[in-house]
Amino acid sequence: MTERYSRQERFTPIGPGGQAQLANKHVFIVGAGALGCANAEMLTRAGVGKITIIDRDYIEWSNLGRQQLYTENDAASLKTKASAAEQRLRAMNSEIKVQGIAQEFEAETAEALVDGADFLIDGTDNFQTRFVINDVAAKIKVPWVYGGCLKSYGIVLPIVPGTTPCLHCLIDHLPQEGSTCDTVGIIGPAVQMTAAYQSAECLKFLTGHSMTVEMVYADVWGREYSSINISGLLNPECPSCSRDAVFPYLKKEKGLKTAMLCGRNTVQVRPDQLSTLSLSDLSSHLENVTDRMKENAELLMFHVEDVRFVVFKDGRTLIHGTENVEEAKKLYQKYIGA
Amino acid sequence: MNILVNGRTLDFPNEKATIAELLESYQIQKKIAVVEHNKQIVKKTDYEHTKLADGDHVEIVHFVGGG
Ligand SMILES: [Zn+2]
Repeated sequence: MTERYSRQERFTPIGPGGQAQLANKHVFIVGAGALGCANAEMLTRAGVGKITIIDRDYIEWSNLGRQQLYTENDAASLKTKASAAEQRLRAMNSEIKVQGIAQEFEAETAEALVDGADFLIDGTDNFQTRFVINDVAAKIKVPWVYGGCLKSYGIVLPIVPGTTPCLHCLIDHLPQEGSTCDTVGIIGPAVQMTAAYQSAECLKFLTGHSMTVEMVYADVWGREYSSINISGLLNPECPSCSRDAVFPYLKKEKGLKTAMLCGRNTVQVRPDQLSTLSLSDLSSHLENVTDRMKENAELLMFHVEDVRFVVFKDGRTLIHGTENVEEAKKLYQKYIGA
Repeated sequence: MNILVNGRTLDFPNEKATIAELLESYQIQKKIAVVEHNKQIVKKTDYEHTKLADGDHVEIVHFVGGG
């Protein structure tokens, strides 16, 4: 069965020694969307001994354009991403252990979930979950790799907690983006390129090489590339990765705050720190998903998916038409981005 | 003036532009950006008063949430 990995073993930096190391490693992938699928397939085929992949969602038709582990049957039968991914990955490589978990990756359970993992992969589509990954990785001192993509570009940053700058060193508050894959789109090649950089860094680490300390940006359509060495940005007082870390996202002191507005069929969602959001930028991105939108100097209102959003310019948002807090959080991440 | 942004020459109309204005022209929020100006990383608090000059090299990488 060694034939399977022969080409990878011939690649000198990995070699038979590196291949043997991979067989004893456990990679935990958070999110089984586009980036999660692409990373999972590469690492499964590469022979990482154990792969766990967690996702809170089920498969929809809009996923099939780039989430490579899923089929039309999966979408038609509303399969969870976790179980479909598990099945597909096992069919690709029966020599390794694969486990899919159909749960949300959240502060309360994160530490227990990643117990025993050698490396975490960011396959998420929102900052809230990434900051939970960042805190848990720092707490258990396991490296991870951030990956994000939008339109035709992607950004990747490997993080070794305590040694290289973490996400919290570089972004001090949960950002509200104002543009997401759901509003301004994404193409498959951008996903593949981003995941390729992530998986390559993961393979480096697992086979005993050091990862890059550069944050890379590449646009596969515009053919633009940039890379910045960020080693100087390690914050010695970082609340997440310094010696005095308090892990605010695990304690839920930081992150998305939600509140149910009783009797109004409404949930309020807001980031921990309010800041000015450009409503005009937001409305221009939302033109792709709704034609029922109104804007004034204070707020932006729009209808989408049977709910009505009211976004105030400080980022505070009311979502009318749901009483489900998790659902509201998901909608916020989908259309506002956080 | 001409500045080299991520390896591409950009003809920026404003002769007294700052890093903050450059980011604005790309619609990039400063809190999610990492900027290198002539090989030096610029602190976020310096974006407003770091002036650009003709021939400068700027690298901009910014975090995105999608995936
Ligand atoms: Zn940090």
